[in-house]
Amino acid sequence: MTNKVGGIIGWVDSRLPVIEFWEAHLSKYYAPKNFNFWYFFGSLALLILVLQIVTGIFLTMHYKPDAELAFASVEYIMRDVNWGWLVRYMHSTGASAFFIVIYLHMLRGLMYGSFKQPRELIWLFGMMIYMCLMAEAFMGYLLPWGQMSYWGAQVIVNLFGTIPVIGDDLALWIRGDFVVSDATLNRFFALHVIAVPIVLLGLVVAHIAALHTVGSNNPDGVEIKKNKDADGVPLDGIPFHPYYTVKDIVGTVVFLFIFALVVFFAPEMGGYFLEHANFEPANPLATPEHIAPVWYFTPFYTVLRAIPNPFWGVVAMGAAVFILFLLPWIDKNVVKSIRYRSALYKVNLFVFLIAFVWLGYYGVQAVTPTASQMALRLSELYFLFFAVLAIYSTRRSAGYYIMWFIIFVGLITLYDVFRNNPEIAELTWKTWIIPVAYLFVTLIGAAFTNLDQDKPVPERVTS
Amino acid sequence: MKNICKLICVVALVSSSSGWAAGGGPLFEMHVDVHHQKSLQRGAKTFVNYCLSCHSASFSRYNRVAADLGISEKNMRENMMFTGRKFGDTMTVALTVDQGKEWFGAPPPDLSVKARSRGANWIYSYLKSFYIDESAIRGVNNLQFPGTSMPHVLWEYQGLQKLAAKDDHHDAHDDGHGNSHASPFEIEVPGKLTPKGYDAMIVDLVNFLVYMGEPAQLKRQGIGVAVLFFLAFLGVFVYFMKRDYWKDIH
Repeated sequence: MTNKVGGIIGWVDSRLPVIEFWEAHLSKYYAPKNFNFWYFFGSLALLILVLQIVTGIFLTMHYKPDAELAFASVEYIMRDVNWGWLVRYMHSTGASAFFIVIYLHMLRGLMYGSFKQPRELIWLFGMMIYMCLMAEAFMGYLLPWGQMSYWGAQVIVNLFGTIPVIGDDLALWIRGDFVVSDATLNRFFALHVIAVPIVLLGLVVAHIAALHTVGSNNPDGVEIKKNKDADGVPLDGIPFHPYYTVKDIVGTVVFLFIFALVVFFAPEMGGYFLEHANFEPANPLATPEHIAPVWYFTPFYTVLRAIPNPFWGVVAMGAAVFILFLLPWIDKNVVKSIRYRSALYKVNLFVFLIAFVWLGYYGVQAVTPTASQMALRLSELYFLFFAVLAIYSTRRSAGYYIMWFIIFVGLITLYDVFRNNPEIAELTWKTWIIPVAYLFVTLIGAAFTNLDQDKPVPERVTS
Repeated sequence: MKNICKLICVVALVSSSSGWAAGGGPLFEMHVDVHHQKSLQRGAKTFVNYCLSCHSASFSRYNRVAADLGISEKNMRENMMFTGRKFGDTMTVALTVDQGKEWFGAPPPDLSVKARSRGANWIYSYLKSFYIDESAIRGVNNLQFPGTSMPHVLWEYQGLQKLAAKDDHHDAHDDGHGNSHASPFEIEVPGKLTPKGYDAMIVDLVNFLVYMGEPAQLKRQGIGVAVLFFLAFLGVFVYFMKRDYWKDIH
């Protein structure tokens, strides 16, 4: 067929296999026909990536990466550059939108087991993309050179300083100065506009290439490649183009509608997308009363603050991100989709989500004794999710569940006894009930009821 | 499920008892209306006559303000600009940082985006909260911002007020027209304006400051409505396109 195409496309195709590419990735890439709402977020993430790159290019035309000029140049963009305010708001809203979409995309992967064999590599590339996004967002946030830009960067770079032996030198090396300064701004600008985006684009290509090699998962967690017709086309698959292109266009328009609502009517989003204090120029001599990172970092920031020792706080925060990389090897249950997993698995995932959002909430609040106790309890729930997930990998005897229940409750209690100080004793033991109740439901529940039983997975996708 | 509910209840109870730290929130609240052009014009006039002597607004340009607020170039040049300024200049002041430090202890901050960092209510409250305090260097202090180094520039309009005897002003809420339920202040020396008149003056000024914080907001929402209409129309169209393509998929 390829040989018969004439004209310009034929000329190009005999020199570069564009038709083969088109077929492999679009017109003959067979995706499961039962994608639901959750499957919009991959294409939306790609859309936002393009949006951020295009708006970012226009911003660099007027932005000045200089500590003396940066703040004023952003205001210049907001006032004197034609449509500059729109480009800037699209970029700042796009940053938050990116994280919303990515978090929902990751949740989709969690719900339908999209990280499981044979898609481990897709998950790993995805996690690396997420790490790049965090670096990109963090460095981009310094560029407006407002008070929160400055002090947020100061706090986060100082986290590296808590690492024993090399910490101080490492922080110095990152900043290029003893405090966040013009040197830091310059290098963050370079990393934000060139280095990280290049890596990001490469990872996105790898993410999609790996996906198209093994094929997409779906809400039923059934491998559609196991049921093919005589031509080798999956029975439950439909060509990505035109079916999912026209469907994703609908998703795109709905997304743009919501995006436009924020950009045009609430670009600050009540101080969560653009923090009020960031309209105050950076002042190295005046520390703000309350330094809060932007919302998308707050769950991990709360994990950091949950532990009094700075170094172990950083370790816990790092572990909270890193443990996600290991998900394909933690959850080895063969049932992929939440539709066919046990009731207790659903409880576990639900509690994890609540804990994650709640951790995020505490990250934007000032620290109080109650908040820091709750932060610890929620962090415990966050990590216990993975432990319980590993225990649920296969169905075990009652004794096995009880053993782990005793081990985890013992460890938590031991830590509480060890860290306990009389001033917060009541709070400590009041909140102790949270992880213990959670473990009781998920482990003792599994030991003595049938709620840990997965359901049979159908042969074909259901709708 | 019961256990989960219980868990959620426990967690909710524990977190709700945390309470909200009482920060230095604004004492009074006002209704901001940046689409009230007459108010913005009056605010601009107050701004250039009283604020711009010491505070700059170095990101804001005279010609942009004139265009956005419907002020003619002639009117702007004659009434609102100091001699020697160009129409396209930004609103800077002759006062240097060193002079500012010497005269006020700290250089007066630039006001271009103050309304975005402090918020309209804070500025509104600040401008209404100067009171006589013999112990302060300038003889006045400020309840919203204790120890402020700014003198009460508008005193001839408001007059001078002192703290009211009872100390329950933290619950005071102003309805934006000077009708405070429990004002923490009592007028000591009446000014040129009534309390209502002074309040209107401050509302106009803050409206202007909010406008100046983001001039694009005057047209942003109008464009937004057009964009939303377009997307809604496009949405209907692409939805039916999708349905048509998918009609043979079961």
